[in-house]
Amino acid sequence: MTAKMADSQKPNCMSCGGFCQGKGLLTLKDGAWTNNPLAIQVLGICSALAVTNRLENSLVMGAALIFVCIGSNLFVSLLRKHTPHRIRMIAEVAIIATFVILFDQFLKAFYWDMSKQLGPYVGLIITNCIVMGRAEAFALQNRPVLSMVDGLANGMGYAAVLAIIGFFRELLGTGRVFGHVVLSSNWYTPNQIMILAPGAFFALGIVIAVFNILKGPDAEENK
Amino acid sequence: MNETSALIILVAAILTNNILLTNFLGMCSFIACSGQIGTAVGLGTAVTFVMTTTTMLNYVIYHCVLIPLGLCHLTFIVFIVVIAAFVQFVEMFVERFSPKLYFALGIFLPLITVNCAILGASLFMIIRKYNFLQSVGFGLGAGLGWALAIILMAGLRQKMRYSNVPEPFRGVSIAMIVTCVLAMAFMGFAGMVAIQ
Repeated sequence: MTAKMADSQKPNCMSCGGFCQGKGLLTLKDGAWTNNPLAIQVLGICSALAVTNRLENSLVMGAALIFVCIGSNLFVSLLRKHTPHRIRMIAEVAIIATFVILFDQFLKAFYWDMSKQLGPYVGLIITNCIVMGRAEAFALQNRPVLSMVDGLANGMGYAAVLAIIGFFRELLGTGRVFGHVVLSSNWYTPNQIMILAPGAFFALGIVIAVFNILKGPDAEENK
Repeated sequence: MNETSALIILVAAILTNNILLTNFLGMCSFIACSGQIGTAVGLGTAVTFVMTTTTMLNYVIYHCVLIPLGLCHLTFIVFIVVIAAFVQFVEMFVERFSPKLYFALGIFLPLITVNCAILGASLFMIIRKYNFLQSVGFGLGAGLGWALAIILMAGLRQKMRYSNVPEPFRGVSIAMIVTCVLAMAFMGFAGMVAIQ
């Protein structure tokens, strides 16, 4: 079945390759698909594993990362000519932390329950390698607008994979999606292990393998 | 304030509440640096040391500076700056006294700054309302637990080089699945001691 999926994906990618002429679109595609931060580069998996036991949490976390990524990329890029090279890491971390605090305060003010559920993992976006990696690898070299697009792309790529993992873990682990029963307990016994820690590792392992299959053999050489 | 003894927290943080296998913290360097047992031991030691010390530092700063001044919303930024400064210090220290380890760890030494386990330990300490002794126990236990997990993983991955893994699963994917099995094994400790 996966082989079939690979075939159906490939022509899409080809046509997209011709379509993505503008640099912005290319950046968007690169971040969200070709170099998907989670599935291809395997960055920032901590939060990806921890919050994906429910689809709702996954979506909020994805939104948080998109917000932080866009904001930090924009500001790192704006300040890139004024930041001394030696202290750039601290400067980047400070910018990222500011945006994370903003989001954390927003969650605490308007979505207290969600803030409680995500626990320390919102704060841990600061140490999410994706945000830091994009600031370091992209925003330091590029203009602000393009950096924002890159932040958006990577955030979306991350959010998408998070949503996929969250969907399957919640579905298989509890038989529910968004808290609504989908797989009736009459014939489906919820597989508790999927919402516990091992299920997270397993789900991500499978997702990465599926991405490897979809991307074909050349993905291996990049590793 | 919970009254669990620091020793119990230490044991629990290593086995039942392993920061890597149940809280998923520090995965990036876990996956990237678990190829060689030597590197894993080095990194594990560095993380244990940094984690214990930063947990203590952050505890003192949080309770003596941030709370009296009512600056709790700055927790994240203060913690991460403390950690970053401390890691810088450790980096200089390792570079001076063990250049071999320095090169083996490469980029991952500065990346301890963004190792979520370090910041995570500090944040858990605040959320679970540990006192000073408990925090030290937790920091040390979490560090040791992380080191234990990465060393186990390095051993498994060294063996795995000789096995025939299906093409798409090679690399990170199979590492995740092995971690899954490892996490399941650690779940066996669950009934032993419990914190939160």
